[in-house]
Formats: sequence, structure tokens, C-alpha cells
Amino acid sequence: MNYIDHESVANKTNSRLLKNKVLKAIFLAATMFGLIVLAILLYRIVTQGSEYLSLEFFTSFASRIPENSGIKAAILGSIYLMLLVAPISMFLGVGTAVYLEEYAKKNKFTDFIRINISNLAGVPSVVFGLLGLTIFARFFGLGISLMAAALTMSLLILPIIIVASQEAVRSVPKELRDASYAMGATKWQTILRIVLPAAIPGILTGSILALSRAIGETAPLVVLGIPTILMFTPDSIMSTFTALPMQIFDWTKRPQVAFHDVAAAGIIVLMTLLIIMNSIAVFIRNKYQKRY
Amino acid sequence: MTTTVKPKIQVPEKEKESASRGSVYQSNQLNLWYDTNHALKNIDLDIKENEVTAIIGPSGCGKSTYIKTLNRMTETIPSVKTSGEIIYRGKNILEKGYRVEELRTKVGMVFQKPNPFPKSIYENIAYGPRIHGIKNKKILDQIVEKSLRGAAIWDEVKDRLNENAYSLSGGQQQRICIARCLAIEPDVILMDEPTSALDPISTLKVEELVQELKKEYSIIIVTHNMQQAARISDKTAFFLNGEVIEFDQTDKIFSNPSDKRTEDYISGRFG
Ligand SMILES: Nc1ncnc2c1ncn2[C@@H]1O[C@H](COP(=O)(O)OP(=O)(O)O)[C@@H](O)[C@H]1O
Ligand SMILES: [Mg+2]
Repeated sequence: MNYIDHESVANKTNSRLLKNKVLKAIFLAATMFGLIVLAILLYRIVTQGSEYLSLEFFTSFASRIPENSGIKAAILGSIYLMLLVAPISMFLGVGTAVYLEEYAKKNKFTDFIRINISNLAGVPSVVFGLLGLTIFARFFGLGISLMAAALTMSLLILPIIIVASQEAVRSVPKELRDASYAMGATKWQTILRIVLPAAIPGILTGSILALSRAIGETAPLVVLGIPTILMFTPDSIMSTFTALPMQIFDWTKRPQVAFHDVAAAGIIVLMTLLIIMNSIAVFIRNKYQKRY
Repeated sequence: MTTTVKPKIQVPEKEKESASRGSVYQSNQLNLWYDTNHALKNIDLDIKENEVTAIIGPSGCGKSTYIKTLNRMTETIPSVKTSGEIIYRGKNILEKGYRVEELRTKVGMVFQKPNPFPKSIYENIAYGPRIHGIKNKKILDQIVEKSLRGAAIWDEVKDRLNENAYSLSGGQQQRICIARCLAIEPDVILMDEPTSALDPISTLKVEELVQELKKEYSIIIVTHNMQQAARISDKTAFFLNGEVIEFDQTDKIFSNPSDKRTEDYISGRFG
């Protein structure tokens, strides 16, 4: 006997195809919504900000006069911040991932750590700001310094780096580790010579994406009390500084409309930085795609 | 009782002098569990030097598990528990304080699936010497050449030592793995179905290589291919459900096995 009645199947085909078409259109609209809003945003920012983009914009400090305003302190501050955050967060992140994946025995305690690292990635950045203020700025007495901000930002992006590094380390095939151990290599030799070289593209990709998040973060800096207007650039890791998102935030708050255009110019710079970093990440990912 | 098994598998003529040979490995009452799965049961085996010892038996009978206990690679699996003794050159390697890194420089292993490192051919071979502290480029060069010659692959790769080992064929990769293992100048070579992923011609090359290598090394080889065991081994151990059913001269096992189960297995009645 037949379970499929081909006649009724034929009768229902039209409505099935119609449903398919309608849903395709709905999903396309959903995609377009985000794209269009983004396009409008970009268009507005570029038209608003481009007239302020000039070489002087990069070489002048902030000013009361919109035409003279620049991002020298902010962009240098952001770059210094990244130069500190990158090694700190990558050392801590990769170290944690290697410990959890390669050394740690599986038990309740390490399971607890593993689960909570992913939870940590969902903690709002303001909370990290408060943490940084209490621990680094006040308790360790680092004050409103590059170092305090760098440690705070490192903590903020640490979960992302740990998770990305864990995945990268885990994707190195067990056969390669076995081959190394079977030749008498120690765990550390195996990690250094086999696991990390194979995992580095994944680790770098994740780390750069995490850093690009840190470069745009404002909330932790606000909570730490980082100034918005500085007429000097930092000369040590203990000096105070300002950063691009802080500077932009300050300009958008100003009553004069001209400053909103200056802010737009700042946003263009910040977004360009982000796009460059993301492109590097994508480039690394594509170039070193796993070959085993 | 006399058995009238017709030897279906031809065993080539081999010298029989194993009585005079020393032991490399003796396992005494060796047991191994994966959690509650009792994978090796009271294994007693005495493996002689400069011989090829084949381990045969149906899938899941513990062949790989046994060979991995010999260089303690089973330790990389957290659920494993062992009891009993494995005496390697007079010392119990399961004893606390026995340094597994030292053991593994004397006991090389070739795996079922060729597993070269994603590095150049040269770096693959130099890996072992490097981790054991050899930095001198001249010495490394010599080791690389000697090992590749030893694995009968020098002529095929001598002009492309800096190419990635992944660019080689599966059979070549497996011989690179054998060369990599020779580079640590081992005493014993463990091979876990080294030809199961290879085509017949590469298989033949590896088999010839094993014959060559046994002059200098003791070789323990797992195989599910009985013809292969008959062709290349001096002794054969038949495993079944985690037990050694029979362990004897290869020609004896294949022509006149003493256990009915061995006979059934080699005549293809199960497994
Ligand atoms: N990593 C492992 N974890 C748990 N059980 C395993 C593992 N490896 C093998 N076993 C079990 O041990 C027994 C022997 O397996 P194995 O030594 O791989 O057999 P063979 O190599 O003879 O096919 C099987 O029952 C198998 O399921
Ligand atoms: Mg096996």
C-alpha cells in the first residue's frame, strides 16, 4: 500500500512554493534592515565628518574651536592602550587556554572555571570598569593611568581571547600531539613546537577581534574617570591619557553643532581602525586555514 | 589430539634462533581498564630482541591498547588504569618514578594513520633529535639523511627536504613517520597497523622496510592482515577479547596452532 498520495501532494505543491517565496522575502527584508540602517549611518557620518578630516586633525590637540580640534592625544592614547592591552591580554588569555586545554585535569573545579569563562564574556563592560576602578585604580594605587585602563580592558576582553584560544588549541589533532609525546617530548615541548604553531592563526584571529572590541569601548574608561580633554600625550604607563571613544563621546555632548561634525570625523578614524583590524583578522584566518 | 589444519597461509622460511636472544619486553599479569571496560586481561608475553613480533586478532581485542602500554601512550587517556608489570630491558616501566620521556626515546612508535607534523620533511625528521637537545646543524643534517635512508625514502625526497610533509603521498608520509622514529635511534619500534591506510605498493615497501629494520631494531607490529603477519613476523601473538590466546613462532601459529580459537581465526572463520 502507498503512504504517499501523489495527487494530494501535487495539489499542495503550489501553496508550499508560495510559502517558500514569502519567507524568502521576509528573510531578505530582515537582512536589508540592518544593512540599510548601517548604510545611512555611514553616509551621514562620512558627509558630516569629512570636511574636518585633514592632517591637522591628527596632529592637533582638542580645542574650544571646532576648526582647531584634533585627535592627537586621543589617537596616541588609544594606540598606547592597545600596545599594553595586546601583550597583557594575550599572555593571560593564551596561558589560561593552554592550561585548561593541555594541563588541567578534568574535574569539578576546572569544569566550573570553563563554564564561567564563557559567562564572563557576557558581563557588561561597565561592570569591568567598576572592577578596574576598585582594584587597579584604587587598591593597587595605579590611579587614572594608562596601566589601570590597560589592565581593565585586558580583563574585559580576556574571556573572548580565552575562548578563541581554547578552540584553536582544541582543534589541533590529537594524532600530532601523540606523535610528539611518542618521541619523548614533554608536554611543554609539545605545546611550544606542535600545538601553538598550529593554533596561532586561530589565536591571532580571536585576539585581534577582541582588541578591536577594546579599542571602541567607552564605558570602562568613563567609570575609571579617564579625562576627555588632554593637551599632552602620555609619557609613561603611569601617566593619564585619553582615548578615541572618550574624545568622540565628549564632542557629541557639546552644544555647538560644529562639534558633532568633529565627532563624526573622529568616528571615521575609529571605524577605519576597526575595519583595518578586522581585515587583518580575516586575512590571517583565510591564509592559515587548517590544512590537516 | 592431532590437528589437520591445512596451512592456508604460507609462511616463508625463517631462521630459528630466538632461544638465544635476550628479552626486550616482558609483560607479567598485565591488566588494563578503560573505566570499567577490562581491555587487557592478565597478559603474559616475552618479546625477544631483533625479532619481528606480530600481534593479530579481531577488531577491538586490545591489540592497539597493548602496544600503547609498551610506551605508556595509554596514559594520555584519563580513564585508563593498569595493573601488573611491563619489564623493559630489566626495569618495570609501570613503576612510579620511571621517566616516560626516557622510555619513549628508546621506544619509537609508528601510528595507524600517517601523522607527520605540518612542517617540512626536514623538520619532521629533526624533531626528535631537537627535542632531545641536538642543535648542531651538521649533526642534524646527518641524522636526517641517515634516518631517511633507513626508511628507504631518501631518494624520493632528498631534493625536496624543505617541502611540507603534507605534500607527500600517504605511503611516503608513513615512511617519513618511520624515518622520524628512526631519528631518535630507538631500540624498539612499535607499529600499530602501519599499512592499513596504504595502497598495496606502499604496503609492500613498508613490509620490506620492516624486514630491513629488524636487523637493528626489535619490532612489534599490530596487524589485522594475517598474510602480512605471516610474511614479516618471527613470532605471532593472537589476541582475543583482551587475552593472549596463543603466542608462538609464526610458522607454528599459521601451520599448527594449538588452540582451536587461533585455528578458527586464521582460517577466517571469524573476525
Ligand atoms: N580511548 C579509549 N577509551 C575507551 N575505550 C577504549 C579506548 N580505546 C580502546 N578502547 C576499548 O578497548 C578495547 C580494545 O580496543 P583496541 O585496543 O583499540 O582494539 P584493537 O586495536 O585490537 O582493534 C575495545 O573494547 C575498545 O572499545
Ligand atoms: Mg587498533
